[in-house]
Amino acid sequence: MGLKLFGIGHAAMDGDKDMAELKGIYILWYRELLRLRRDRPRLIASLGTPILYLIVFGFGLSRLMGTLAPGLNFTQFLFPGLLGMTVLMAALMSGMSVVWEREMGFLKEVLVAPLSRRAMVFGKAFGGATLAMLQGLILLVLAPLLGISLSLTSLLWLLPFLLLIAFALSSLGVLIASRTYTMEGFQVVLNLVLLPLIFLSGIFFPLTGLPGWLDVIVKINPITYGVEAIRHLILGPVVPSVAWFGRPVTLIEDTLVIVALAVIVTGLAIWSLSRQE
Amino acid sequence: MPPIIEAEHLVKKFDTITAVKDVSFQVGRGEIFGFLGPNGAGKTTTINILCTLIRPTSGQASVCGYDVVKEQNRVRRCIALVFQEPSLDERMTALDNLKFHAYVYNLPQKLARERIEEVLRMVELWERRDSLVRTFSGGMKRRLELARGLLHHPQVLFLDEPTLGLDPQTRVRMWEYIHQLRREKEITVFLTTHYMDEAENADCIAIIDNGIIVALDTPEALKSKVSGDLIYLETEKDEAVVEELATKFGIQALKDGNGLRFEVPQGNAFIPQLVSHLSIPIRSLSLRRPTLEDVFIKLTGKELREEELSGAEALRDWARRYGRRQRHG
Repeated sequence: MGLKLFGIGHAAMDGDKDMAELKGIYILWYRELLRLRRDRPRLIASLGTPILYLIVFGFGLSRLMGTLAPGLNFTQFLFPGLLGMTVLMAALMSGMSVVWEREMGFLKEVLVAPLSRRAMVFGKAFGGATLAMLQGLILLVLAPLLGISLSLTSLLWLLPFLLLIAFALSSLGVLIASRTYTMEGFQVVLNLVLLPLIFLSGIFFPLTGLPGWLDVIVKINPITYGVEAIRHLILGPVVPSVAWFGRPVTLIEDTLVIVALAVIVTGLAIWSLSRQE
Repeated sequence: MPPIIEAEHLVKKFDTITAVKDVSFQVGRGEIFGFLGPNGAGKTTTINILCTLIRPTSGQASVCGYDVVKEQNRVRRCIALVFQEPSLDERMTALDNLKFHAYVYNLPQKLARERIEEVLRMVELWERRDSLVRTFSGGMKRRLELARGLLHHPQVLFLDEPTLGLDPQTRVRMWEYIHQLRREKEITVFLTTHYMDEAENADCIAIIDNGIIVALDTPEALKSKVSGDLIYLETEKDEAVVEELATKFGIQALKDGNGLRFEVPQGNAFIPQLVSHLSIPIRSLSLRRPTLEDVFIKLTGKELREEELSGAEALRDWARRYGRRQRHG
């Protein structure tokens, strides 16, 4: 009897602990969302880059490129990639809030709170991912202007996928932030990571007929699979996919790559933040 | 009753420096425990270990009966911290900062609302609850941090230089709050300070220097360790007086400023003898009971409130701060 009661009491306490973790994740997520109110101009301004790229590369270059496939011009080809890029950049940048909070001192309040580092990373990464996804959605409004029609089903698949990739990259942002101690340092590392991820991913060019060495690099870059999946979901299977050993990669495999990325990076971020000397 | 804080042979090494060499002490429930030491002595490192922000290289410590390495979340739940550098979100209002804290410490909403009002009224910031923290003065921020720390009813309050950089009135107010807390909530206070008059508030004081505790006792007992009372004497001929003190009383007097300084066990009993037996006229005479400052200087050879650090110390201080930043910000 006593044992049983003890068991129940224990379970209740564990439940309480899980609840506290969830509440912790929620409040950290919510805090990130507050940036929407504070940094609205900055968030909107960050849409300038993809739109500029769309104009310069899309409309500028599409006359040179002609049509890539029946009914597909270069601007349309570029659009899903730029959508991915927007989400990716916004998600990575969200790690900056960790650096900022460290400089302000507020991070200490979070670090000494009875929260696991896991809750901290999840809260931050979900917060960053939500904001990044919202920016992606704003860009998505442009699709009809480019002659891209989106079906409801493709949207239903696209949104969770965008959230997944945003989550993975927000975690990467937190991971970088956990090891950088100034805003400048974060910017430098960010560019070092961001530019190769973007330019070697098939955002700007179709991935067929690349020289062998470039082909290898592109296939190692996980973002390639993210971009490919987004393109596939928006345009349908109009452009040939990357091939693994001569066989085109499927949408499910694309997703698995991003899931693996998310798991690894999130794990590393949790490890990095819990490492205490 | 078991001690609420217990440290046993704590050692903390950073890459090149050993910040804490071998620190052991106990703090009883409801005590105010003062941790004194010059800059770079290992005070903040010790606090950071007790608060679960860093792990000791070796040794053990427990707070509220929980191990600071193995049971970090339990320790965190029962402590609160007010650091010398602010840890508020300046872009949020005072109220939002407290709400965030209440949420993270998993307080039920109704209770949180009541306590937020209680603590904000206590530190007299209730009227300013909707102002952004950015607009607060240094003293207001520190008070808000104290209020925030009390929200989850901690058993131990860690105060790292809680009044550094505050004006005298605010310092007095901070101390009123601390005493009030101890009376009403039986809270244990662990504090580091540079101010000797503040250290007098402590029930027990540990003096740390170069990572080692050099003294641990009540302020009174520590003061009596500096042998006795200090007598300061100005005369017509100091050299002759030094000789006379040595032959007649067996006292070693030291030159100090315009006069002489020496220690005697019972100052008030000694003065009449001195006056009647000294052949050289005395210009002025003063008696001073030892202060914690004297204890400190005697034990560490340093002034506690060194405004300017020497070159080497400044470098060490910088290395320590920079090292800390590098590791856990």
